[in-house]
This record gives sequence, C-alpha cells and structure tokens, in this order.
Amino acid sequence: MSGSEKINVKVSNVVPLNDLVTRFEFKRTDGKLFPTFSGGAHTVIELKDGDITRRNPYSLMSDPMDQEGYSISVRRDDAGRGGSLFLHNNVKVGDDAVLSHPVNLFSLDLRAKKHLMIAGGIGITPFMAQIKQLDRSHGNWELHYSVRNPKLGTYVDDLISMHPNDVNVYYDDHKNFIDIVNLLDGQPLGTHLYICGPKGMIDWVVGEAKKLGWPSEVIHFEEFLAPKPGEPFQVKLSASNKVINVGENESLLEAIEREGVDAPYLCRGGACGQCETSVIEADGDFVHRDHWLEDDEKLSRKKIMPCVSRFSGKTLVLDR
Amino acid sequence: MTIFKFPESIKSRPTYGKLEYREGKSYLFIADADGAEAIIDLANDNKSLMAKSHIIYIPNQTGDKYISKLDKLDIYQLYIGPSYSAAQSRIIQAFEQSHMGLQVYLAGTEGLIGQALRDAMAAGIPHTFIQSEHRGSVARRMQCVHCKGITEDVINDPFVCSHCGLNLFVRDHYSRRLAAFQGVCIDAEDPGNVPTSVELYK
Amino acid sequence: MTIQFKDETFRNDYTFKNSDWAIKRFPFPFHEDSYMYSVNMEQHKGGPEGSIYEKRFDVDEHYLSEMHDRAQVLRDDPLRCQSLPNMTLAGWDLLELIMVSKSEDYPDLFELHRDGHKWRWINKPMKIDDTFTFLDDATLPYGPMEYITRQTQGDFVVLDQRENNLWMDAGMVTTQADWSLDFDIGMNFFEWHAPVPKAHEMGIFTRALKFLLNIQQGAPARRLNWTMTVNPLLDTSPENYHKWGVQKNTLTPENIGEKQHLRVELQTFFRLPRSNALVFPIRCYLASFDDLMTFPKWGRRLHRVIRDLPEELATYKGFIDNRPMMLDYLSKYDDGKVTSNGIWPDDETEPKLDHVT
Repeated sequence: MSGSEKINVKVSNVVPLNDLVTRFEFKRTDGKLFPTFSGGAHTVIELKDGDITRRNPYSLMSDPMDQEGYSISVRRDDAGRGGSLFLHNNVKVGDDAVLSHPVNLFSLDLRAKKHLMIAGGIGITPFMAQIKQLDRSHGNWELHYSVRNPKLGTYVDDLISMHPNDVNVYYDDHKNFIDIVNLLDGQPLGTHLYICGPKGMIDWVVGEAKKLGWPSEVIHFEEFLAPKPGEPFQVKLSASNKVINVGENESLLEAIEREGVDAPYLCRGGACGQCETSVIEADGDFVHRDHWLEDDEKLSRKKIMPCVSRFSGKTLVLDR
Repeated sequence: MTIFKFPESIKSRPTYGKLEYREGKSYLFIADADGAEAIIDLANDNKSLMAKSHIIYIPNQTGDKYISKLDKLDIYQLYIGPSYSAAQSRIIQAFEQSHMGLQVYLAGTEGLIGQALRDAMAAGIPHTFIQSEHRGSVARRMQCVHCKGITEDVINDPFVCSHCGLNLFVRDHYSRRLAAFQGVCIDAEDPGNVPTSVELYK
Repeated sequence: MTIQFKDETFRNDYTFKNSDWAIKRFPFPFHEDSYMYSVNMEQHKGGPEGSIYEKRFDVDEHYLSEMHDRAQVLRDDPLRCQSLPNMTLAGWDLLELIMVSKSEDYPDLFELHRDGHKWRWINKPMKIDDTFTFLDDATLPYGPMEYITRQTQGDFVVLDQRENNLWMDAGMVTTQADWSLDFDIGMNFFEWHAPVPKAHEMGIFTRALKFLLNIQQGAPARRLNWTMTVNPLLDTSPENYHKWGVQKNTLTPENIGEKQHLRVELQTFFRLPRSNALVFPIRCYLASFDDLMTFPKWGRRLHRVIRDLPEELATYKGFIDNRPMMLDYLSKYDDGKVTSNGIWPDDETEPKLDHVT
C-alpha cells in the first residue's frame, strides 16, 4: 500500500506571509472532521499539474486539536523541482487537493523534562504544532528561532506576542546568531533537543551537542529533504517488466509512479525507509541522498531509496 | 583478575562493556567492590579525569582492598559508603545537581550497576548512554514475580524467596526498571519437587 | 442479532461454556496442517459478517463475565494495570478509539455523545452512564486507559514509539498467556519478546518491528497467536502461576475434551493520533477440545499441528508434559483425510456435529 489513507480537501485560504512563505489552509470536502495528530506530523499533498501528479510532504503547523481544518506553510524555492513554485503560483482558494493522513517522523519525546527547540527558517513549521500541543499539557519548552531578517521572520510576531518568555529570535542579517555552546551548557538533565532547518544548521547544532557530551538519544532532527534534480537516467523495473526514463526534474519514485507502477512510500523525503527497493543489477554509480540506509547498505549496491536517490551509468535493474 | 565472561543469552539480559573516556561536562562514577579496579584502570589511562570526577564507592566484601589506590588518584569528590541504600540519597542528589553533558560510569556487580542505572534513568539519562563494566561477583538481584519482593545476592538456582518463602528458579529475563532478574516458582506444577540447587554459571 | 450475555466464571468452578454461535466463529488459528512462526499480519479492515474480524473491537457473549473477572483480578493485584507518566495522552487516544468504534459498531449497546470536550458515554450492558471532560483526568474515576479497558474485552498494551523501536510503557494485562506487565513495562520490542525461542534467529521480530513502526492512522493491522490452557482460566499470569500451574496435572483421558482449551489471541495494532503511540489489543478466545472437534476439519488439523510441533515450541507454550495425552485424544478425530487450506470450517461439505462422541 502506498502512502497512508487519503483525505479529499478544498483549499480554503491562501495567506502570503512574506516574500518567500505562504500559508495554505484546507477544509474537507465531505464535511467530516479531520483526524487529530501529534505535533511534528506531516501530510503529503497531492496536486494535479496537467498530466503529472505532484506529491510533496509538508509539516502540519495547525493546532493538532483543531479538526476543522489543516494548514501548512510553504517556502517558495525558485531553484527546486517546482513543487513549492507550483503551490505558490497555481494554487488558489477553491482548488481541489488530496492530503494524506498525518504521519509523524519527528515526534516529541513525552518523557523529556524540557523540550529545547532550534528552528531555522521554514523549519519553524513543525514546532508551531508542537508548541500548541505542549501548551495544552503545560509542557516545558523553549524555542530558539533563527531567521534572515524581520521581514522574512515567518510567524515571529505571533510567537513573541503569545510566548514572550519562551521564544528567542535571531536575525542573520543583523549578525545575530544562536550562541549554541552557551545555550546547551547548563540545560537540566532530561532535556531533549529538537532541530528543524537547513542541513548545515542541523549538522552544526548536533556536532556541538555531541562535543558537549549530550547523548544522541535525546537529539531529534527533521530535515526537509526534497528530492534534488539530476541527470536523467534509465531504469529497468524487473517485476513490472518495464523500462522507464527518469527525467531531470522528477525523482526515481515519481518516475515509477508516472509509469503506473504502485511503489510503497510514506515520507517521500529519504527518512522513513518505506520505499526501500532491492537492486537486482547495477552497472554505474549510485547517488544515495537518503538518511535511511546504513553506510554498508549504501556501499552494498543492493538497495536504493527511490524517493530521493538517483543513479548514473549503463544499467540499473530494480525489483519493482 | 575479576573479569567474568557472561555466556550469551536472551535479548533482555543486560550486557556490559569496558569503561572508556568520553568528553563531557562532568563525570560521575558509581561502583562497588571490585568495580574500583575498573575505575583505577580508566584513571591510569586518563590522567586528568579524576580531578573532575565525583566517585561514589561501596567496598562491601572487598573492604580496604582498593582504598589506598583510590586515595592516590587525587579524586575531586570521593565518597565511601556501606551500601547502595545508604548511598542512594547522595546519588539522587548528584543527578539532581547535574546538567546535560554529565557522563555516568558504573562498575562492579550487576546489582550495583542495575540500581544505579535505574536511578540514572529516572533522572532522564538514556540507559544506552550510560557506560558500565562488570567486575567481581556474579550474584544477582532477583524479583519474585509472585510477591514482588527482591532477594539480593542470589548465586544459586533454584533459591528461596527471602520474602514469601517460595522456591524460585532463576531466569535471564531482566527488568531495567526494577533492576532485577525474574524469579518464578519452580515447583508450581509439582509442589515439593524442587531440584537440587546449583551455582550459577557452573 | 442481540447478544445473550452469559453469567459464567473463569476460575474456581469454571462455568464458562461456548454457545454454538461462539464455537462457529472461534478464531481457529491454523491455516495448514503444521505451524511455525511468521509475521502473519494482515489489514484489520472488517471481515465476514458475524465473524470476530468484522468489528474493530469484537463484543461477544462472554463480555460481562470477562469484565467481572477482570475486576476481580485488579482488586487482588492492581499492578496488572500500569501507565508510565508519559503515556496519559495515549490513554486518552485509546479511550476515544474504543468509545467511537464501539458506539458506531454496536449502537444498541454503546452510545457516545460529544459536545466539544464534554462527553457522555453509555455502556448499556455494564449499566454505565458517565459524563466527563475529555483530556481531564480529574473527571474520570480512573486514568483513561484503565477506565475504558475495564469495559473492553481483551488485554491492552500501549507502546511508545521512539528511537526506531516500540516501548511497552502502559498496559491493562489480566488475561495474558504467562507474562508479567509489572516486570516487562519499560522494555522495548526485542526485550519483552526475549524469552520466545527460535523466533529471534528467524528474524521474525526485526521484520515485525519494521512493519509495526510504519502502521499509520486509519490503517490498523491484525494477526493471530495461540497457546494451550487447562481449564478456561483467563488469568494465567506468572504472578499466580504458583496457584494455577498445578492444574495442568489434573488432566485425565476422561476430562481432557472438556478441560483442555485452545487459547487464541486476536492481536490488533492501531496507531493513536495525538500521542503517536501504538496500541496493541490482545483479545483472548477460548475453546475446549470438545468444542473444536465438532468441526471435523479442525479436529483433523489440530491433531497434526500438535503432533508435529517442535519440542521447543511445545515447551515454551507450556504443554509439553500433556502433549502425549492430548495426542491420544486428538488422534481419534484424525481419519487421515486431506484438509482444505484456510482456517474456516468446511461448513457445506462437513456440517458441524451436534456433539462429540
């Protein structure tokens, strides 16, 4: 079974927040309530773009208890494969879309004595939902949010006005950066650390925490890995008896789906393992871009994660 | 040498390693009896470590054997106590006063390691992050599944529950939360038929 | 159909009996003539009408008696129901799941009225009519998990999902096949399954865990597990083993048909929304050998499965000593004919016998 259960929705509101980020709000077309979810969950939105079906994962930033509507906030990426651009340029109020049931790969550890959140740019979205969830249960949290400048500070005003004591904002353009070493030093035993933002920020924070002797078990991060474009390549799907071409701007998984082959997936971002595919034959180079396979599995040339990884070479035969 | 090689067993049976230096903010050692030897070995390989360490040591049957060697290590804070339960309030306070970056080292008997691990977990430290090295006695802390009482220092199988008197056999199934192995009535199906007790691992 | 709730006991005088309806829908777990472990998961999305698979939480004629037995177990040993502090939200998720499912699936028996967070739950068979505030512990007589599982058949284990593993952090366990919640609470998937022979080497648990970690909201799964029990005793806990263990020795060739029970667990797995936890209901069904022999296909198959079961498994499932006597009884019902694949009795070709000779 691919993905999770699906919900038919209509776009109920489109709210540009600044030059880069727009919020999209959805209501169910069948009038029923949305499922509740746990903060940190994401949904995969399916949109028709002419002949192709676009599927992109976005964190749910609405209140998990609000079953009347779901919202996501999308950062426009001009250099990407067009998913966010399509949303920004084409999607209007009243449009139809399909959302997956929420899936959580970045959940809170409810045993934590304190939740320390580090957000970079659009990485703020999962924390919006988590903060609402924790407030309901009087959880102990603290947010450190790095943005480029006040104009591009998505939700900064809302966060500061609602939580003046627990939200700290840093402006890159003002040379105002998170002092991570001092921040981490002195945190109470039982603190869990959550990071969501660009890869560089995640790597930096995780590195500093480990140097200070923090256990990796308490460090949680979510990186929005969108499949990167790449050179086109050809693949033989052994079980379906098809030869397909993967275009420059589509992922291997998308190409498989486009050819009508039902391949399993869940997060579509290289993190959950659901799309893991066996390699029957390979003559060329693997371009592994996922977080799922172990190093030895990547070197084995026997497995690939089609949602984000690619290939270049003469032959690739997959068990699909 | 006081190092015992535990036979391979089921997935819930704890396993131990060798203490290794890991950079952190502060260092807490909890050990009993021959566990002191593991600390001394680590200190000899990491000269500056002891000056930053808090050590809680319960000699039990090894008495004075390691005391003078420990004294020579110039440990920042050293406590020598008669039992885990006497030391426990101090141990809990040590956790309360610590911050993220604390490195915890446990050495000695399974009972000591288990109890200290249980208290460290309650303080919010992931159990997989805690280093432990077994030294010395292989006697076990056993929980009687029937009366829930814990019998200490069990070295024979089967044994008699020190609380309710049932004859129990020793299982390898272990609970971190209780810091004990499971003991189950051995003669439930044939009351009175209790096999001769044999020493563990023999 | 209206369920006739029985008033029977699962201890002491053991008045438990299955009606013909109950026997016919019994979850016979063997789809072929031999048994080995497998990750035998399937979607839990209904089943044949009237079967135990049809509803999300099956209610049968033993409902009230099972709840009465549960209350007695808890009175004697409250440690059979525990919830670590991080699992209260999951408890509310479970309460909602069961109340919504049962009020929709059995509208004649259960009603749920919701006005925002003010809920009113009516359980007609148990004569319960409670109004409470959802998510407010102070408005229920017990924690949410305990409250609802005192009204639902089967054991419940609630698993926290973290570090790519599942952790048994809460449960209501009064009808278990010989494992202790008090001991196992806090363990992860591999640890609480540690005592099961052979399965780890077979990689069963690694595959099962991967499947379970990816179960999503709205897409529950199920599988069957089985063991043997002498007498229809629900509380076969290790805690009381020193009291019930000796009952295994009371089997005789004359009473084995009545006293030896096949104990089948319908295990289901549901993702819980607000906590992202996984709930693992374990629903126990009992049928005596006499009950089972009324379906000739089951008679033949059970003999073959028990006869060929590896010794390790028969030992782990606790019936190695009684196996010879079981085979003496069962072999009388095995005429060597071929049995069809699948678990359902061959109703058309071999209708149910009224009694067993």
